[in-house]
Amino acid sequence: MRVNFTVNGRPQEADDVWEGESLLYVLRERLGLPGSKNACEQGECGSCTVRLDGVPVCSCLVAAGQVEGREVVTVEGLAEYAKDREQARREGGACASGACGTSLDAAKKWEAKPGQDSQTGEGVELSPIQQAFIDAGAVQCGFCTPGLLVAADEMLERNPSPTDADIREALSGNLCRCTGYEKILDAVRLAAARQERQEEAV
Amino acid sequence: MDFLRPASWEEALAAKAEHPTAVPIAGGTDVMVEINFDHRRPEYLLDLNRIELLREWEVGEENVRLGASVPYTRIMESLRAELPGLALASHTVASPQIRNRGGVGGNLGTASPAGDAHPALLAAGAEVEVESVRGSRFIPIDEFYTGVKRNALQPDELIKTVHIKKADGPQQYSKVGTRNAMVIAVCAFGLALHPETRTVRTGIGSAAPTPIRAKEAEAFLNAALEEGGFWDNGKIITPSIAKQFADLCSGAANPIDDVRGTAKYRRHAVGIMARRQLGWTWEQYRGAGRTLEGAA
Repeated sequence: MRVNFTVNGRPQEADDVWEGESLLYVLRERLGLPGSKNACEQGECGSCTVRLDGVPVCSCLVAAGQVEGREVVTVEGLAEYAKDREQARREGGACASGACGTSLDAAKKWEAKPGQDSQTGEGVELSPIQQAFIDAGAVQCGFCTPGLLVAADEMLERNPSPTDADIREALSGNLCRCTGYEKILDAVRLAAARQERQEEAV
Repeated sequence: MDFLRPASWEEALAAKAEHPTAVPIAGGTDVMVEINFDHRRPEYLLDLNRIELLREWEVGEENVRLGASVPYTRIMESLRAELPGLALASHTVASPQIRNRGGVGGNLGTASPAGDAHPALLAAGAEVEVESVRGSRFIPIDEFYTGVKRNALQPDELIKTVHIKKADGPQQYSKVGTRNAMVIAVCAFGLALHPETRTVRTGIGSAAPTPIRAKEAEAFLNAALEEGGFWDNGKIITPSIAKQFADLCSGAANPIDDVRGTAKYRRHAVGIMARRQLGWTWEQYRGAGRTLEGAA
């Protein structure tokens, strides 16, 4: 079957998709987006985490046919997505209502800018969470990193000042076999602190 | 394999009638695992994601009408006051990613004895509204589970709505596992006090071929609370009553030894959870200010 959906702001068409195929397989094998990792294939490890209409999900458990007409953001598009969100926040002013985050409408309107490559992420400045992972030394073998980045970025969008318990819970669906959790937690705290400082500066 | 994508509930029922072997898929958190591992190759997948009514809920006078695909995340966020036991249970489901996709309809469809929602549904009291092109019917939750991973659905029926009694008193839920996330229950227990009818209800998960209530324990506790005037005087339940209740809950379990735990351990743990939850809920009933949150 054929599946039409939007990935990182660009319309995509996947052909010859097997009906039992997962979104993860389509992303990696048909659309050439290997950022989302294939590990457990049963929703245990979170390495394949993507945003589906803004919501973090395990792409290995979403049937390809279920994404028809929907919006997916993968780690490749994360920097662009975060940048756009930040811009919208600056333009729209601070989050007075407390309803922080990206609305579905805003997420749907999002498009990759020309000249930047959401395939490889090249030509795009890293998102704050990506930079924080590097600065905190939170990347060891790197296999779990994409899923953690997507999950952590979504938490910071929803909850800009997370407690340690909030961070642990938000990342509880992502396994790191290097057991690098302490540095990963450091990275998320760092990103949250930088985000706060930036908001104060605005 | 064929992928059926009905745009409406009526279309979904028609598709299920035409292809009774079609496997419904909503959150996909069970079905996709089986497909990924080649444990299952259904002839038809019936995608329910486009059916809006399955993602809706409504708080009525006595019941909450919960659409089969309302994700656990929504239940935790929006129905904590009305369905405290189910909200606690939802919070123990796997991980945020899974809770964003999975819903109670999937738990009921799979009917695994380890499904996290079952003990909470049994304790609160619920009816499952199922429908086919032939019409709809309500199945009491007690009659829904018919065997290991078997339920009372006919091949042409789909789960539409779960009608759950709104809490009229404190409810609790707990689950035994090796960590706080991504855990299949070793065993689980749910308890609901129903002050309006002066009854208690229980639910036991992962400790029998199906989710079950500890009916003898309920009957004992109902009688003991009535006899001692506890509902009125709000006194602390005596340790001997609590122990007897716990022992009867433990005795209601009919567990097996498996990789997650031994039958002996499960029976023991069910008793411990029953005793603790009775303490927690009763303290709350007495107005000692225990909150409904954070016990899972």
